[in-house]
Amino acid sequence: MSSDPAPAEDFLTPMLDSLKSEFPDSVLDVKEFRGETTLIITKDSIREIFAFLKDRFDFTFLADLTAVDYLEVKSPRYEVVYHLHRFGPGCEENVRIRIKTDVSEDDLRIDSLTPIWIGADWLEREVYDMFGIEFTGHPDLRRILMPEDYEPHPLRKDFDVRDREASKRSFEKELEEGPE
Amino acid sequence: MGVNSSPALGGEGFITTSIEAFANWGRKNSLWPMPFGTACCAIEMMGVFASRFDLSRFGAEVARFSPRQADLMIVSGTITYKMASVCRRIYDQMPEPKWVIAMGSCTCGGGPFDSYAVVQGIDEFLPVDVYVGGCPPRPEALIDAVMKIQKKIEIEGAPIL
Repeated sequence: MSSDPAPAEDFLTPMLDSLKSEFPDSVLDVKEFRGETTLIITKDSIREIFAFLKDRFDFTFLADLTAVDYLEVKSPRYEVVYHLHRFGPGCEENVRIRIKTDVSEDDLRIDSLTPIWIGADWLEREVYDMFGIEFTGHPDLRRILMPEDYEPHPLRKDFDVRDREASKRSFEKELEEGPE
Repeated sequence: MGVNSSPALGGEGFITTSIEAFANWGRKNSLWPMPFGTACCAIEMMGVFASRFDLSRFGAEVARFSPRQADLMIVSGTITYKMASVCRRIYDQMPEPKWVIAMGSCTCGGGPFDSYAVVQGIDEFLPVDVYVGGCPPRPEALIDAVMKIQKKIEIEGAPIL
């Protein structure tokens, strides 16, 4: 333990102020719930915001990247969720924030974060596989779990989870053609 | 098979049998399983191979991870459609005669996974000889399945190639 530790709260407030003054049009909302901080940002400037958070505030770790389908709940339909982690000098000074951004059904593209965290590669591929959100600038945007010729995006709310027809088609094609 | 050890017939004794019965007797007592373990059932299958349950008592302890050297496929664990083509290809690579055990609820009928990715029973694409229910089945249940395969080999046999 250092003699003068900076608690997470002391870090968070100036960080949020700095972020808001740097990107006044992009940070739409900041929410606090049970000690968890969530930022809502626009999708146009995510690369700048994430690069800023990484370079200026040491959010070196992209802990998770996922998406939510809010079909018939809200519009725009999709929300991409990022969890960032900053490793503090001591474990009490670790900071974790959640950042959400809306993606509409009409324009499923969003900037890839692979230039900032290479670890975003497979996470973005999974979101593409399950929700069909396209990450522009991704080096290798293929399906990661489902077969490559599979058509639906199974975690979309309008997909019937018991619909095995597309899986069967991929399976039969794979049987006929063999590996590669 | 008839054992004849009458001293009048040569002392050491001899057996009378048919080629089919003799081959099937050899086959059923030297099954070489191909363990196709994809989930928690595979842990129970390993238990069957290990010393406490000891499948070698039934002549079937030589688990072959090459399908070319196996004649019994034990499919233990959830099979997804993406894995199904692999499973089928491995089965196709096994030499005849060959048998299949479907171990666990998932392989028998999809188990709890009524979903877009999971095959609802491996008999959709494989000819299963013995089904073992349970989640996972006890090792005794798998031993019973192997014994049923042995019984099946004894009764039905397989063509002599």
